[in-house]
Amino acid sequence: MSYVLSDGWEMTKRHLRQVPRIPELLFFSLIQPVMFVLLFRYVFGGALRMPPGVDAVQYLMVGIFAQSMTFATAGISTGLADDMQKGLIDRFRSLPMARSAVLVGRMGSDLVRNMFVAVVMVLVGLLVGFRFTGGFWGALGGFGMFAATVLAFGSIGAWIGLSVRNAEAANIAGIIWLFPLTFTSNAFVPLETMPDWLRAWAQVNPITKIVNATRGLFIGPPVFHPFPAVWQALAWCGGLMVVFGFLAVRQYQRANSR
Amino acid sequence: MSENVIVAEGLVKRFGKVHAVSGVDLAVPAGTVLGMLGPNGAGKTTMVRMLTTLLRPDGGRALVGGHDVVAEPNAVRTIMGLSGQYAAVDEYLTGRENLDMFGRLYHLPKREAAARADELLDRFRLTDAADRPAKTYSGGMRRRLDLAAALVVRPKIIFLDEPTTGLDPRGRMGMWEIIRALVRDGATLLLTTQYLEEADELADDIVIIDHGTVIARGTSDQLKAMVGGERVQFTVPSPAAVSRAAAAVLGVTGEDPEVDEETSTVSAPVREGTRSLVAVVNALDGLGIEAHDVGLRRPTLDEVFLALTGHKAEEEAVEA
Repeated sequence: MSYVLSDGWEMTKRHLRQVPRIPELLFFSLIQPVMFVLLFRYVFGGALRMPPGVDAVQYLMVGIFAQSMTFATAGISTGLADDMQKGLIDRFRSLPMARSAVLVGRMGSDLVRNMFVAVVMVLVGLLVGFRFTGGFWGALGGFGMFAATVLAFGSIGAWIGLSVRNAEAANIAGIIWLFPLTFTSNAFVPLETMPDWLRAWAQVNPITKIVNATRGLFIGPPVFHPFPAVWQALAWCGGLMVVFGFLAVRQYQRANSR
Repeated sequence: MSENVIVAEGLVKRFGKVHAVSGVDLAVPAGTVLGMLGPNGAGKTTMVRMLTTLLRPDGGRALVGGHDVVAEPNAVRTIMGLSGQYAAVDEYLTGRENLDMFGRLYHLPKREAAARADELLDRFRLTDAADRPAKTYSGGMRRRLDLAAALVVRPKIIFLDEPTTGLDPRGRMGMWEIIRALVRDGATLLLTTQYLEEADELADDIVIIDHGTVIARGTSDQLKAMVGGERVQFTVPSPAAVSRAAAAVLGVTGEDPEVDEETSTVSAPVREGTRSLVAVVNALDGLGIEAHDVGLRRPTLDEVFLALTGHKAEEEAVEA
């Protein structure tokens, strides 16, 4: 048990060392969010009906930031499935290392990578009109919310990657369900515009909670309030992390790569 | 008789309805090499995976270095090294970084892990490539790096799952040298292979596995003796002469000879050694058939495999 952190750190180091050696990966993991920021800003930014007092650009930017963080699942699921295919998971399982270290290491490095993506994305957002109106602590808290989102959705990605076992399939399986999930939240449109049945779901959708919390922190009053949204979002993220972290570790122990 | 350091008793593994391994017993004395021989899909890799704690057996038990693989998996992992069929190293890390990482994951102190990595790179002739990503390595180099990774903590018990599959002849010879050196240093090895000559070359004892069960075991000599004694073998220059030559052999030995049409080779078991050989040569001479590479030889493990399983080892491997 005491080796979880040191073994996990070894694994994090492994992934961070890979980053400069696969520059394409970092490049393309930046392209997509930046592209979305620009598309949403200029294509949808002027077209959406917003409640009074709400700036459409501010509203959409937070939605797209949050959605991009959930895409952390795909990176983790693909990476783990690839390790599995190449026999590395077998190698790790044959070592006297902590059972969760492979997952901890993967999450640690993906957290670093996604925080970098978040910073770049927000900087691009600032260039095209996004503004922090929730103050310094709100801004910092918003990034904290992103970290929680990456860890929660990364756990789901870990479970998917170890279950699917094939890197190409894991890439698709890691991301495909995120589109309906994020689009049926208030990430991009106010809940009031949705039909009743959809709104009922959207209100409990964890993405809605995460987006509400982040809007509360980044944009702030008078329209958006961080609390209780932050607690609800953290409860969701924590719950997802515990459940899928447990499932992923169980899957790791049973892993049978061929 | 020395102590058995790898023991399996009635090991069973099922995948759904498929019985991958059904009741295999093994005992490997300290300091010896057990060759586990069988075609693809025979259950060799499943056996190795159970013995190395990667797969939980459905029945039976296994002890490695005296530790039960199910009850004390971490004790087993600490004392054994595993090198698999696929070179399992991180291809984006350098050879040195890989070995250093594995050393740290075995919980060696930092300095010791680094020193051990240097030592292994040197021993496996990887020093020049040590700071290049493993991606750039040849197949043989990767395989050596993978084996080096298994040897980080100087395990006395080593499992090698098809260590030379996919290597060219030179790579294979190099790997054999390394394996022999490990044995000289006193390691106990369990080695799986599809190549009969490899088992013949490296193993003290051989078990032949097919369809998840042991169909024969013994030393190479014992196994060869199982399919009978010497054979007479020769090649004829023209394919047309093959059937006439085969008929002549049948007439002399009373045994239906084995004929390889492609190489125009005829071989048959004989009972009276050189006397039978002379009789065969005379019969061929009488028919005016010119024969080359005429000789007596003992059966190869290939023939043992064929005799025991009814199919050739390599054929099955291609099919699977």
